[in-house]
Amino acid sequence: MATAAKVGTNFTGVQMSPKDTKRLLDAVNEIHPDVPGDERGMLVERAERNEEADRIGSVPVPGSAKGMLKTGFDMMKGKSPEVFIDKLGERLAFERNGVRLYEAMIAKARNLDTGNDLVGVLQHIRDEEFEHMMLVHAAMEKLGADPTAQTPCADVAGVMAMGIMQVLTDPRTNVPQCLNALLTAELADNAAWELLIELAQAAGHPNIADSFVKAKTQEDDHLVKIKTLMRRDLIMQTK
Amino acid sequence: METISGILDNKGTPLEKQKFTWKEMAGKPISKLDDDAFTRVRIILMNGVETDALRLSHGIARFNKELRLPLAQIRRTEQHQATMINWLIGADHSPLETTVAYEQVAIEVTAAVAQNEPDHYQAQTYRFGLLEDFDHLYRYSAMLDRLEGKDANNILQGYTDIVPGRKTSEHHRHPENDIRDNYEKESAALITKIHAALITGAEYQTHDYYMNIGPLFADPLARQLYAEIASVEEQHVTQYGSLSDPSESHIEKWLVHEAMEVYMYASCAEQESNPRIKAMWERFLDYELGHLNVACEWFKKIERRDPAEILGGPLPKMVEFKSQRDFVRQVLAAEVNLRTAGPVYVDKAKEPQSSLDYRNHLASQGLASDIVSAGYQWAPGGELMRKAS
Repeated sequence: MATAAKVGTNFTGVQMSPKDTKRLLDAVNEIHPDVPGDERGMLVERAERNEEADRIGSVPVPGSAKGMLKTGFDMMKGKSPEVFIDKLGERLAFERNGVRLYEAMIAKARNLDTGNDLVGVLQHIRDEEFEHMMLVHAAMEKLGADPTAQTPCADVAGVMAMGIMQVLTDPRTNVPQCLNALLTAELADNAAWELLIELAQAAGHPNIADSFVKAKTQEDDHLVKIKTLMRRDLIMQTK
Repeated sequence: METISGILDNKGTPLEKQKFTWKEMAGKPISKLDDDAFTRVRIILMNGVETDALRLSHGIARFNKELRLPLAQIRRTEQHQATMINWLIGADHSPLETTVAYEQVAIEVTAAVAQNEPDHYQAQTYRFGLLEDFDHLYRYSAMLDRLEGKDANNILQGYTDIVPGRKTSEHHRHPENDIRDNYEKESAALITKIHAALITGAEYQTHDYYMNIGPLFADPLARQLYAEIASVEEQHVTQYGSLSDPSESHIEKWLVHEAMEVYMYASCAEQESNPRIKAMWERFLDYELGHLNVACEWFKKIERRDPAEILGGPLPKMVEFKSQRDFVRQVLAAEVNLRTAGPVYVDKAKEPQSSLDYRNHLASQGLASDIVSAGYQWAPGGELMRKAS
């Protein structure tokens, strides 16, 4: 694994093939587009397809018979409780994915002598992501929702995470590249907890909102840690 | 002309010594950034060759009980060769970037074949198909730029032009206009048979790839673009598949395919710039010689004929993996308006009504290939750079 950017024979740019590029540009200047218009036609077509589209899926009906009988069951409140359930499903999926992302990152950092206990920091964050996952799991059970169902927002969060997972598990990516991927996840995660607390309050579940505050505080810490690690590493290399 | 020396004399690696481990098969990929584009061209092409070997072998096994075991034994190696080759494509290629690379393969390899092909009709067919794959590259490059914000030339590395060819929207033909005349097995040169097997296999792979990845896209225009071009690739498989003589026996086709594999690995090994990949081509060349020998033994046993009847005679120089820009530009200028009427190449004005009706209906609710490429002009760094300047 490379640990830093290196100079080499990158063939992708036009500077690597000036003669071929000139020939290519000659062709472009001689043979013109055969369909009039520009990229705005795509906008029109996409807008039309958006109108015609079905939804990705639905939020499962909450409140199993078993759940309803449980003591301490928190009745679903608010105008559209499924919105809150959907976002809880998203957070659960995101945190579960987050645990796996940090595990991949730990594997990457394990044999590196970074001199700043990188693995220890990563392990600490991984464990807290796991805690957050279980916290959301408990909140969903309390509401009688099914924490094993994949809600639409959970599904979309999975699509978003695909690129981050690819970066972290590629053996060729280096530590700063992977920290950058984790930063993307942490920035989104941080804002998501902030919003989730507000949604819990708006949906009339102050106890759940209170239980989420600790997670938000820990997420603030994750963000600082990842930013600091990344900044320190890159500045050291740049100086 | 240069020839492969000893195509029938060299025994290659015996089948029982053709061994793999899972780790080497799923080994280190090439670098999308630092390897030469033609290394990737060879990788994609040879994966297509190996998957076509599997396809042909399964087809033969359906009709021949006696050959089932030897074919299964060779297929096992071919499966693992295909894996080792295809897994060289790194995960930093988006499916659309790999698509651009597939079209570069189709253009550069078909252009090399068209120039080496001694049969005029077959050469004309390669030039005809070439201009369509050339156009696909332009449409996909526009899609890559406008969907992912990426420059197709990062993949093509300046070797291949990004301009319109015969318009994709005019490729869709009635099936009766996709069948071509075949070579005659008794009189055709071996290289003609090899070319037909090679390009058919390559197009088959492209078709299957588009069919698999098309639904991975979220964008409805990308999904439709893949549907439109995958259909053309199916036409290309039909077209190139009909170039070979249907009266060849199954085992004769097997022999030609193995000879093609030997020829192609020899071409790859000769020109490869990445030493690690070159060693793999050399290893697989020896494996293929082993397969060819097995096929020859069965040919002698079943058909009681000398394989030299099929494989004798000189082969032209290796397939040249290099930019065919000049040739493609000439073909584009001279033949962009060709169409087909049955197996005959005709001017655009004489295209049969059957194809026009067929495509008019398909396009009656819109054409993604037109929409995504409207006004698209490549510029270094993508069209946004042109618009900014």
